[in-house]
Order: sequence, then structure tokens, then C-alpha cells
Amino acid sequence: MPLVMPDLKPITPEIVMTCLALFILVADVFIKRKETLALLSIIGMAAAAFTFALPGALNTTFGGMFISDGYSMFFKIVFALNVILTILISVKYLAVERVNFGEYYALLLFSTLGMMIMASAGDLIVLYLGLELMALSTYILAGFIRYDMKSNEAALKYFLLGSFASAFLLYGISLAYGLTGTTNLDRIAMTISEKGLAGKPALTLSMIMIAVAFSFKIAAVPFHMWAPDAYEGAPTSVTAFMSVGPKAAGFAVIGRVFLMAFPMVRAEWVAVFIPIAIMTMAVGNIVALSQTNIKRMLAYSSIAHAGYALLGIIAGTADGLASMMNYMLIYAFMNMGAFAVIIMLRSEGFKGDAISDYEGLSKTHPLAAALMLVFMFSLTGIPPTAGFMGKFYIFMAAINAGYTWLVIIAVIFSAISAYFYLRIVMNMYMKDPKETVTLTTSPSMGLALAITTVAVLAIGVLPAKVIYLARVAFP
Amino acid sequence: MVPLNWYLMLSAAVFSIGVFGFLTRRNIIIMFMSVELMLNAVNISLVAFSHYLQDLRGQVLVFFIVTVAAAEAAIGLAIIIALFRNKATAHVDDMNEMKG
Repeated sequence: MPLVMPDLKPITPEIVMTCLALFILVADVFIKRKETLALLSIIGMAAAAFTFALPGALNTTFGGMFISDGYSMFFKIVFALNVILTILISVKYLAVERVNFGEYYALLLFSTLGMMIMASAGDLIVLYLGLELMALSTYILAGFIRYDMKSNEAALKYFLLGSFASAFLLYGISLAYGLTGTTNLDRIAMTISEKGLAGKPALTLSMIMIAVAFSFKIAAVPFHMWAPDAYEGAPTSVTAFMSVGPKAAGFAVIGRVFLMAFPMVRAEWVAVFIPIAIMTMAVGNIVALSQTNIKRMLAYSSIAHAGYALLGIIAGTADGLASMMNYMLIYAFMNMGAFAVIIMLRSEGFKGDAISDYEGLSKTHPLAAALMLVFMFSLTGIPPTAGFMGKFYIFMAAINAGYTWLVIIAVIFSAISAYFYLRIVMNMYMKDPKETVTLTTSPSMGLALAITTVAVLAIGVLPAKVIYLARVAFP
Repeated sequence: MVPLNWYLMLSAAVFSIGVFGFLTRRNIIIMFMSVELMLNAVNISLVAFSHYLQDLRGQVLVFFIVTVAAAEAAIGLAIIIALFRNKATAHVDDMNEMKG
């Protein structure tokens, strides 16, 4: 059998990322100043992002196992932004937490590599490998503060439930493989329609198991139990990273698998996702009301946002998917910004993650309070911020697909969410400071905050460009 | 010749034991073993399908699963050891630093 070299152009970003992550891992031994590693990681990631645009980058390779198209490119841009912003906000934070190790950057890059592979997966095997690469790196990152009991506990809970979920994914994959005789997403869809497998109980079971596994990854209710604990206990920069990256990757594969491999059983999976979306929005928004820790509150908020984004998948139209992708990009900016402010409040000997720590912040640190205000408004969905545009397009797409009642429910829960987001704003602006809060600032933190603030406001005022990008990305 | 259904029933049974063990046992190591049991249940069904379909893809996937499971075990045990150093317990009910 002649061995044909596969076309490597579509997979260049992943190859660059692999080399970069391995290089950082080795360089860690020789470089004493870990800030240098952060800088190298950002430069390398930016270089990998440039290879997205190389000629011949949009193609399918490795016999259909790896798909590089507009859809995956859009998600890869989100992942690249996510990792760059995470590195920017964590440089000083790691020193404050006394865990300034170089592996941190290598693990972030490996996790991002896993997400990129997931977004490009054209085959269930590749999908599984990408998912595990992402998940295993994130488990370690969640437990990165070794001496802290909370961080250990976060890692353990995330690890146990994550591996439980991937066993479900594998069982679903094995059933799909047994029924169709292939793991290629396109060919699964073809076999289902050729053999008339739609409606067979085994296929429905396989589809439900895969849906359950992905619901774990995006922290959708009732598979969200790990999220609040993992988000609260993990280092704040990692919380920021995993509230955006793995979630966006989860949505990327949901869109890919359910619309590419299971379009014939659409009625069944929509019937699975509608109750999940409603419960996710309900639990996320209602439980967030009673939280006293801001990281935990943002964990529930991130659960709720997964519920909104699911509406785009349920709509299932090109507009629905584009609005979901757009939402992920906007969510990356606004959530990163909010976590950046939380990280600034953390200083030597002061946790700064209780909601009461924000009392009177506008009097002591007006700029930080103003930035937090922008991000909280955006997470609530108040114009002229990006969060409003994200929700607007998602709801429009769902209405156009005929799910008006679902959108009404979503809007009601979105109104409830204003209470807990604006409570932070109220604490900052209408209460008097109790204790003096010192901000831990650094140039990289300033840069991250500038990028996120400008993006949130710019997308809020001029959304057409991003929407256009997402719309052309999905054929 | 053992019919395919027998393998699938075995696989489903092992998988269910794994799920049941994960949900009822409270020792971290045993919960982790239950997850491994679930993964191996999947391996049984994949190999059986692969043999009956005369297609190698399933067995390739089994190799990947075994490899990933090994990596997962390394990370899982590392997390458990890190935890054990701070709090000498392997019981999930003692993991109650965070609630809400």
C-alpha cells in the first residue's frame, strides 16, 4: 500500500501550536523569569493565529478526519483570544498566588490545542482525542495551587465528573459506530439516511449519550454540578480560561456533530436540548441570586449563558449557528474582562472574591469600578454593550426558526439575571467602602482590560462586522 | 461463534456497574475505578463491533481509549495525592470546602 502524505496545510495552526507548547515546556527548564515564557507564549499563539490565513488553509485533510473551514476558523480565533487574554491577566496573579511555574503556560497552550482539534474534528475519534487533550490539561490547571485545599477540591470534582462524562461520550460513539460502521461524521449522516436508521432506539440512545457528554462540557443543567465548585476553587485566571474555552469548544462540537452527523434525527435531539436549555437558564439565573462569592456567582452566570447559546443550536438554522458563534466571541470578551477585574482585587493576604469586597469600589478605585460596570452591563445584556447584541441576535434567530415561546422564557430569565449582575454595580456605586482594597495592577493586565473593554463597547455599537464574520464562516 | 448481542449485553452490564459504582461509592479511588470500568465496557463493545463489521476503525479507537485512560489515571492519581497531602482523606463527603 503506497503511503500518501496528507495535505498538511489545513492543520498548520495545530502543528505550530504543538511545537510551541512543547517548546515552552522545555524552555521552562532554562528560563528563570517566567514572564518571558508568558511573552513567548503570546507571540507563538499570535504566530499560530496568522497561519489561519495561509493559502490552502481551508480544506479537509487526513481522509475527512480533519476539517478546516470557516466554522472551525471562527472558533479557533475565539480560542486564540481566550488564551492570549488569559495569559495577560495571569502574569502578575500567579506571582501573588505563589505558583509562578512555567508549566502553567504550556498547559494553557495544550488545552487550547485540544480545543482547536475539537473545532476541526470531522471524525468522532479525532473529536474524542481533542476533547481529552483539552480536558486533561484543564484538570491540572484547576488544581494548580497545590497548597490550597479549595483548588485541589476543584480539580478533583472537575476530574471525576469530566471523566464520567467522557465515558458517556465513548459509549455513545461506540453505539453510533456499531450502527453505521463508521466514525466519520459525514458518513454517519449518509448511512443513517441510506439505511433508514432514523428513529431506531439504539441510534436515539447513542445521540442522547453524546448530548449528555457535551452538556457536561458546556455545564448545562442537570449536568452542571461540577461547575460552581470547579470555578470557585480553581485559580481565578484558570476560571476565566475554562469558563470561555471549553464552553466554546463544547458548542463548536455540538454544532458540528448534531448538524453534520445527526441531521436526520433533528426532531429527537431538539426534544433533548429544549428542556436542557430551559433548565439551564432557570437554574443558572435563579441560583446565582443567592451567591455571596463572585466567582461562584459568575459560575452560575456562565451556566445561564450556556442556556442562551443553546437557543442558537436549537434554532438549527445558519442564522442560529452564526448567532451562537457570535455569542461565544462576545462572551469571551465580557467574561474575561469581568474576571480581569476580580483578579485585580486579589492582593497579598486579601482574597477579594466576596461580593461584599466590592462595596464602595467606585470611591476608592473609580476606573476599576467603571470597567466592572461595563462588563456587568454587558453580561446582563444592556445596550450599548456587546452582551445586548449577542442576546439580540440569538433571540432573533430563535424567533425566526419558530421558537417564540422559548425566547419569551429566555427573556424572562434574562430579566431575573439583572438582579445579581446589577447588585455588584449597586455595591460598587451606592455603598461606602468598608475596608481598603489595594489593586494589583500590571501593564499586561491593563492591556487585557483595554482589549476587552474596547471590544465589548465596539461590538455593542458596531456589531455588523462580527455578525458578518460569523455569517460567512458558516456556509 | 459467540453472537454479537452477547458482547453488547456484557458491555452494557459492565457499563451499568461502572455507572452504579460511580454514583453510590464515596471513596475517590473506587469512584475512579468505576470510571475505568465504564471505559473498558466501551472497549468491549468497540472491539465486538469492529470484529463483526470487519472494520479496523473500532480497534484503532480502542487503542486511543487505552492510551488516554492511562494519561487520565496519571492525572487523576496526581490530583488525589495533592489532595491527600493537604487533607488526609479519600472520601468525597469530606470534600466540602465549597457549598452553595
